[in-house]
Amino acid sequence: MSSVLYDEPGPKAKARNIAYTVGFLVALGLVLWWVLSTMADKDQLAADKWSPFVKDSKVWTTFLLPGLWETVKAAALALVIALPLGAALGIGRLSDHAWVRIPVGAVVEFFRAIPVLLLMVFAFQAFVEFSDLESEIRPLYAVVTGLVLYNASVIAEIVRAGILSLPRGQTDAAQAIGMRKGQMMVYVLLPQAVTAMLPALVSQLVVIVKDTALGGALLGFTELLYQNRAITANYGANTIAALTVISLIFILLNFALTSFASWLEKRVRRGKKSTGAVVAQDSVEAGAGGGVL
Amino acid sequence: MFDFLDSGQYDLLDAFWVTVKLTVYSAIGSLIWGTLLAGMRVGPVPMMRAFGTGYVNVVRNTPLTVVVVACSLGLASTMGITLGGENFEDIGFRMAVLGLTAYTGTFVCEALRSGINTVPVGQAEAARALGLSFFQVLTLVVLPQAFRAAVTPLTNVLIALTKNTTVASAIGVAEASALMKTMVENESDALFAVFAVFAFGFIVLTLPTGLLLGWVAKRVAVKR
Repeated sequence: MSSVLYDEPGPKAKARNIAYTVGFLVALGLVLWWVLSTMADKDQLAADKWSPFVKDSKVWTTFLLPGLWETVKAAALALVIALPLGAALGIGRLSDHAWVRIPVGAVVEFFRAIPVLLLMVFAFQAFVEFSDLESEIRPLYAVVTGLVLYNASVIAEIVRAGILSLPRGQTDAAQAIGMRKGQMMVYVLLPQAVTAMLPALVSQLVVIVKDTALGGALLGFTELLYQNRAITANYGANTIAALTVISLIFILLNFALTSFASWLEKRVRRGKKSTGAVVAQDSVEAGAGGGVL
Repeated sequence: MFDFLDSGQYDLLDAFWVTVKLTVYSAIGSLIWGTLLAGMRVGPVPMMRAFGTGYVNVVRNTPLTVVVVACSLGLASTMGITLGGENFEDIGFRMAVLGLTAYTGTFVCEALRSGINTVPVGQAEAARALGLSFFQVLTLVVLPQAFRAAVTPLTNVLIALTKNTTVASAIGVAEASALMKTMVENESDALFAVFAVFAFGFIVLTLPTGLLLGWVAKRVAVKR
């Protein structure tokens, strides 16, 4: 394998690479040793702190799986509501009428510029004030509301970029055969834009899943990260073990989504039926909103 | 309607100052860490490449909240690593910066890697033909151009980082969103006004960043 930046290694470079590898491994090993010895000092390596996750199915059935279910539920609800809303906002932003385009643009930019946590805290308090939701269900509503407001505006930008990524000829052809604007959008532009933006939408799902954890840490939403407290309370201060398992579940779930998104992206690029245009998730130009981490 | 601002009970500027400090320290940290990671990921040593790839994939798929909480509960509370912080406040702040840096570094790395991809192959080949080593090719020829190409994605990362500092309230850092949480509970009759004030605060922080760096991106872009 050769790269832009370096040649196929010759004997000297090979020897040097081996030296670097050894040095790097030693450094990594030292860090690992230091971490493990500190953990051992603080009694975090004791078998009974880790064994519940393998031996005791209760830790899964009472804490981890219900937590994961709440996470997935909130993410799915948020996506299902934000998708049509975002599509509407994205199309609205492309409208020919300034009285639609400008307010929609303002709404999208506003909700993109604000931290999703602020929206969740606001929604939480708004539900306390103006609704008679029961206090157990309130955090879920607040989390979903915050996620929907933020992600609908991000999805709006993805939809807009997807439609704009189509070749100009598509619009021209649709107009030439006498389609109205609405028909053109529904029959010509949107179906093609959907393939271009699918990878970005799947990646956005990762952002949504990650953001549910905010509700657990700050609003008492009983999602996966929230279960950390319950587990450490029940299984003897095994903070590091519990956090490790929780992170692993998050990583596996999101890694599956990320891999699916990049597989989809490759497929779309290769596909003969699509235009080959793909909306990159971070391609949306830097404004006040910017950045989807 | 906005009389809660005059009551002197809440130090709004102080809270936003903590947000700014968190952003600046984490931005510097993640720029350095992200550049190192990008260097590892494009480098000739397979072991470092694997580490870079693994780190980016693992950390990018972990919620930032989990990273920050793990720094606070795992590193500080359980393992007693305080990064030289003396009191609860200091330790919380430093752990938040550490968590934000560890997380944002992966996005800086990816932005830089896409910047590196914009450098024409011929340039690196020419540099190698002159006998420059990998390190020289990277630091003298490729990275300077990569940074200029990556200003826009890096701006996105910086804006997202500004918004992400709110996560620090999960470990008790008294930044803007933590103050907002207290205020919406105490001043619940002025809920919309409180929200408007904090929303405005974040727009003031992010909008100029986006505009300024957008202008910079146009100025420094390498015309090809």
